[in-house]
Amino acid sequence: MKSSTGDKILLSSIYTLLALLAFLSFYPFWNAAVISFNNGTDTMKGGITFWPRQFSLENYRVVFEDNRLINGFIISVLRTVIGTISSIAVTAIFAYGMSKSELIGRKPYMVLCVITMYFSGGLIPTFLLIRELHMFNTFWVMVIPGLISVWNMIIFRTFFKGIPAGLEESSKIDGCSNWGVLFRIILPLSGPVVATLALFTAVSHWNDWFTPSIYISDSTLMPIQTKLQQILNSNIMSEQMAQMDSAAQGRMNRMKAVTSKSLSMATMMVATLPILCVYPFVQKYFVKGVMVGSLKE
Amino acid sequence: MQKVAYQVEREQKIRTDSLMKRFIMQWDLQLMVLPALLFIIVFSYIPMYGVLMAFQDYNLFKGFAGSPWVGFKHFEMFFKAPEFWTIIRNTIVISLLKLLIGFPAPIILALMLNEIKSRVFKRTVQTISYLPHFLSWVIVSGFVMSMLSTENGSVNMLLQKLSLIQDPVNFLSLPKYFWSILVTTGVWKEIGFSSIVYLAAIAGVDPHMHEAAAIDGASRLRQMFSITLPSILPVIIIFLILAVGNLLSAGFEDILLLGSNPVLRDVGDVIDTYVYRIGIQNNRYSYATAAGLFKSLIGVFLLVGANYAARKSGNSLW
Repeated sequence: MKSSTGDKILLSSIYTLLALLAFLSFYPFWNAAVISFNNGTDTMKGGITFWPRQFSLENYRVVFEDNRLINGFIISVLRTVIGTISSIAVTAIFAYGMSKSELIGRKPYMVLCVITMYFSGGLIPTFLLIRELHMFNTFWVMVIPGLISVWNMIIFRTFFKGIPAGLEESSKIDGCSNWGVLFRIILPLSGPVVATLALFTAVSHWNDWFTPSIYISDSTLMPIQTKLQQILNSNIMSEQMAQMDSAAQGRMNRMKAVTSKSLSMATMMVATLPILCVYPFVQKYFVKGVMVGSLKE
Repeated sequence: MQKVAYQVEREQKIRTDSLMKRFIMQWDLQLMVLPALLFIIVFSYIPMYGVLMAFQDYNLFKGFAGSPWVGFKHFEMFFKAPEFWTIIRNTIVISLLKLLIGFPAPIILALMLNEIKSRVFKRTVQTISYLPHFLSWVIVSGFVMSMLSTENGSVNMLLQKLSLIQDPVNFLSLPKYFWSILVTTGVWKEIGFSSIVYLAAIAGVDPHMHEAAAIDGASRLRQMFSITLPSILPVIIIFLILAVGNLLSAGFEDILLLGSNPVLRDVGDVIDTYVYRIGIQNNRYSYATAAGLFKSLIGVFLLVGANYAARKSGNSLW
């Protein structure tokens, strides 16, 4: 088939636009990485775009020597690992029970679940509930309230229902209990779903800064994202101070603002690194994950 | 299939036994489900019930049971508050801007990606544009602050190079730029990832239709509008309904992080951030809950209304 001139123009403009989009998607990230590898005082002079002018690992050295940030990183890893494993395990068990047609009360149970997808108590009642449960300033406030996701339960359930019933029956005749069937037959067959849901749960655990910011005031329990937010917030303050103050004082504050900016860029890179590391491997899974989600609708 | 004897026996037994007995017999299944349901009741239903404190003067020391009931007092206070109309305006304007620009953007991206024949190029664009979705709002707000900074901010440097501005502009402290920044950041973060669903829908379009149209002399652009777009319309409508239902959720984390400068309060205060500020930071629990409840009620109306409209057009959520 011959393509017309109009088609050629369209196609080349699409290529241009998409290349531009890819560039714009990537540039902020790249630029932040470059600033984090550039000498802090040199960054102050401006003009850092695609490549570091004075390459330096100083910013990273400061970050890795800062015990508070390392501590935050460890808390983040802990909450992500513990939160993801426990949430996926509990939700899978729940979903398996709900997938059984002989389960008495299945319909009312389901209604109870689905209502929570449309209505919620909102921020303040939840906040007060957590307070009543004495979960303020505990590690578990980052794990327990999000333990069960109704959404994930429904996705699991849909998948479990699609597994041939014969497999279960035969293992039951061999004397397997329901729990045995779940752990020996069903879960080993559910690799892709478990991987997809675990990935999304892990990412949301890693990225959550808000929950700790309202429930945790003990800084040794704060994950790195919340710490980073505090750092960025104080940067805004010092940048504002720099504008308001007199010349001499302003220059000093500006210096502080810029060098701390380089530091926060380095912290941001450290906080993003785990996501970047898993990202290439799980790409095929998350496309699948979105499909599972949209099929459900 | 022949049933094993014990299975037949069991099924007969199940039919004759009482509900209670059957319930006890499947205790292992119930054990999988009941703790989870209890958990949902505690963490979802108790807060839902707790919403009633919007009608109380909630007192931390008296608790929910001991606090006096005051009817619609907090709602009236909220409606009469001097900031009420600013908040409503911000909520609606920010939501509408996000809907107008943020909703079509991934559809357009999916349509464009669909035209690309080179697999390598397509994969690259997809991989890069999906990435921001996986970054936290803290990181993204850090990028925005860095890009727009007066010190070595790339946007200011570019504008200065193009001689569009003389001195660096501190975009994040000027109210007039706030909405644009918010919408742009939102699109930047989600455009790639949101396009996945539409790409999947496009992949389901029958290629014969394109062939037939091409033989009839339709250009690619024409095919895009006359074949691809109508074919994925049901998907678009479902997502539009969901977006309309969320219309009053103008955004929370992004506004909280990007609009932390008090100068921006006039343009950045939306219902959700207001609830957070008044409730969590100023401890006015009942008042904040009333404001939040007001938002939820409007949200339900919007969702039902949008679904009603969609049903008339033949596509609906339920």
